Amino acid sequence: MIATIGLIAMWLAAGLALAQLIIGGLALGNRVHLAQRIAPIAVAQAGFVALAFACLITLFILSDFSVKLVVAHSHSLKPMIYKISGTWGNHEGSMLLWVTILALAGATIALLERKLRSDTKIATLAAQGAIALGFYAFLIIASNPFERIDGMSEGMGLNPLLQDPGLAFHPPTLYAGYVGMSAAFSFAVGALITRNVSAEFARAMRPWILGAWVFLTIGITAGSYWAYYELGWGGWWFWDPVENASLMPWLAATALLHSVTVLATRNGLRAWTIMLAVVAFSMSMMGTFLVRSGVLTSVHSFAVDPERGIFILALLALYIGGALTLFGLRIGTVAEGTRFAMLSREGALVANNLILSVILVIVMAGTLYPLALEAWNGTKISVGAPYYNETASPLALILLSFMAAGPLLRWRSDEGRALIRRMAIPLAAAVLAAALLWMLAPSMGVLPFFGLVVSAGVTAASLAPLWKRNLRRTPLFTYGMVIAHLGCAVSMAGMASDSAFTKEKLIAMAQGETQQIGPFSLTLHGAREIDGPNYAALEALLTAKRGSGAPTVVAPQLRLFSSPEMMTNEAAIKTVWDGQLYVVLGQLPKDDKLLMRLWWKPFVTLIWLGGILIALGGFLSLIGRFRREART
Amino acid sequence: MKKRLLIWLPLLAACILLGVFYRKLTNPAPTAIASQMVSKPMPPFVAAAAFPETPGITSASYKDGQPRLLNVFASWCGPCIVEMPQLLQMKAKGVRIDGLAIHDTPENIAKFLAKNGNPFGRIGLDPQSRAQIELGSGGVPESFVINGKGMIIHQHIGVITAHDVPNLLEMIEKAK
Repeated sequence: MIATIGLIAMWLAAGLALAQLIIGGLALGNRVHLAQRIAPIAVAQAGFVALAFACLITLFILSDFSVKLVVAHSHSLKPMIYKISGTWGNHEGSMLLWVTILALAGATIALLERKLRSDTKIATLAAQGAIALGFYAFLIIASNPFERIDGMSEGMGLNPLLQDPGLAFHPPTLYAGYVGMSAAFSFAVGALITRNVSAEFARAMRPWILGAWVFLTIGITAGSYWAYYELGWGGWWFWDPVENASLMPWLAATALLHSVTVLATRNGLRAWTIMLAVVAFSMSMMGTFLVRSGVLTSVHSFAVDPERGIFILALLALYIGGALTLFGLRIGTVAEGTRFAMLSREGALVANNLILSVILVIVMAGTLYPLALEAWNGTKISVGAPYYNETASPLALILLSFMAAGPLLRWRSDEGRALIRRMAIPLAAAVLAAALLWMLAPSMGVLPFFGLVVSAGVTAASLAPLWKRNLRRTPLFTYGMVIAHLGCAVSMAGMASDSAFTKEKLIAMAQGETQQIGPFSLTLHGAREIDGPNYAALEALLTAKRGSGAPTVVAPQLRLFSSPEMMTNEAAIKTVWDGQLYVVLGQLPKDDKLLMRLWWKPFVTLIWLGGILIALGGFLSLIGRFRREART
Repeated sequence: MKKRLLIWLPLLAACILLGVFYRKLTNPAPTAIASQMVSKPMPPFVAAAAFPETPGITSASYKDGQPRLLNVFASWCGPCIVEMPQLLQMKAKGVRIDGLAIHDTPENIAKFLAKNGNPFGRIGLDPQSRAQIELGSGGVPESFVINGKGMIIHQHIGVITAHDVPNLLEMIEKAK
């Protein structure tokens, strides 16, 4: 019953998306009277698809094993939160979530957007309808989440790695970011169709970019922390293609966020901003495609269906190709924006955009080159972390240096001397950091050294825009920028510190044995077996003692899940103000000794703290922009 | 003129990229890593009988002149259910099929076989995956064709589909 309602709601939403596209097209032609119909249609479409998604969640909550998707990805013994998160922990459900967020974004544009020229708004909504329609077609034809199955009384479980609170929120957050970029894409298409690339248009598009970017930032930060504590490898970024698939849209969105500011404030960088809007969403769709199509999967993975891949690929070709063709045809008719001097706020933002684009190309090449090479002549290679670290890291350092200077420059043109004067304190901070590091840690690597030096400079520089200002009258979006830039410095400091000062030990420990790692001494007291809700675990009991402080318990686990069979490491992580102690129980005991992996990671938490600050900065900017718009 | 060309550059890049994806999708690369044990004698292992009435598996027993199919399976493995009809069909054609049950219990195996049919002449338990590792098998389901001299002549990774059955039958026929 619920599955039937869900299916009907999905069909109705698809029909409304078609109506949204057709009526939008007609209204842009000569049937102007249809213009007012489009907003209610967009809202109704969102309502029906949200209903369909709610039905799917209900089916998972009730463990309705007459639905194929529930059988394949759920289990009656699974804890409730994972039953719910199982709804989007699979291909069909996540595609439905994708299009639900897309439709909600469309409804929000329809209801809230007042500043934009009305024909541009109609074209934007029609473009949203077109995108949604393709994905409805995909759901209905190639991956129906409501498909039924007979005679099943129990589900097949969910990958135990995915049974984690982080998973409940990671994909929806990332999807909100991906799909939020669809709004920017639709705005860009709408602007090209109605030949309206202007500062007002940029101001209308900007909150969407900011919002999507905040979600992407949170999604990537959370994903990185999830990989860090769940995989038990002690690393926080692995340059895995799936991770890169989320990083690429973020890089494009970060560039877009800065170029749209130039368009909104100075009416410059028109064509570039439009192209970035198209690229950012293209990267988001490509991310979804790479993860969901089976192009990047491994042996024994279930249900890799090339037909689905071809379907999504056709949609990609249609939307990306269509938008870029429109861009090629129309952009020549967009008048050139306002010009500016190289040494100016605009100049720094252009530098930001260029460096971000180069990093984007580097990541894209590393991710896709192995695929391209294999398609070309069958050669198999894999691109590892050293490639990315050696190419992207120096660029990131240069990027951050520009970031320090950018906010201190004036719009249009500025003087070099004035800049140096304003940069005096940040430069002093960087020199001081360099001197301290040189004395205290003379043997550290070049990249981490410059990482910490640049972080020190950027920390000072990011606060500089608040210097000598009335702090109570400073607009919220300026605070947002300050906090986001500070977050970049904080995150960079964490990365540099982790790679320079981490201590690691792989050791077989006997009961009663004590090991020293970083400032901690760890004593092993024994191991016990634990019965979890759907796993059995071996837990090692250790106490960690720092100096003369009180000992605290550290208990890493090795978990064996029953359906499907799988072993996972639950790292025990102890966070202190200046870093984390990270303890992993490796494999099964040997000769009464437990194989332990110990890490002391100084200031590693700064990486994610920086990510949170960046997202917070974006959020404050968003609120600030809304308040400014509401006032004018 | 130069600028005109530049405008179309993103479209060109996108086309190349999509072309690569298309090729990759239509010619999926073989992702499985074949066992090093193919065309070598069976490694020594003993897998105890799961049920008193059905014998277990020892690698030494494969030298009796009869070709066999050794199916690495588990009752907790969804894809293993999918290939059961094909295994039953091969059994009906006279193929001797042994089952090596990975990380499993006799009760669960009994339930699995009661529900999906039993193609196995012998069923061995491999609770710690020891025999599986010896065979160079990386997951379930996998199947090995073993000739009458105890030599592994073929490894089939993943589900045996209806499409695979004729090839396997031919291979087993030749292995006599």
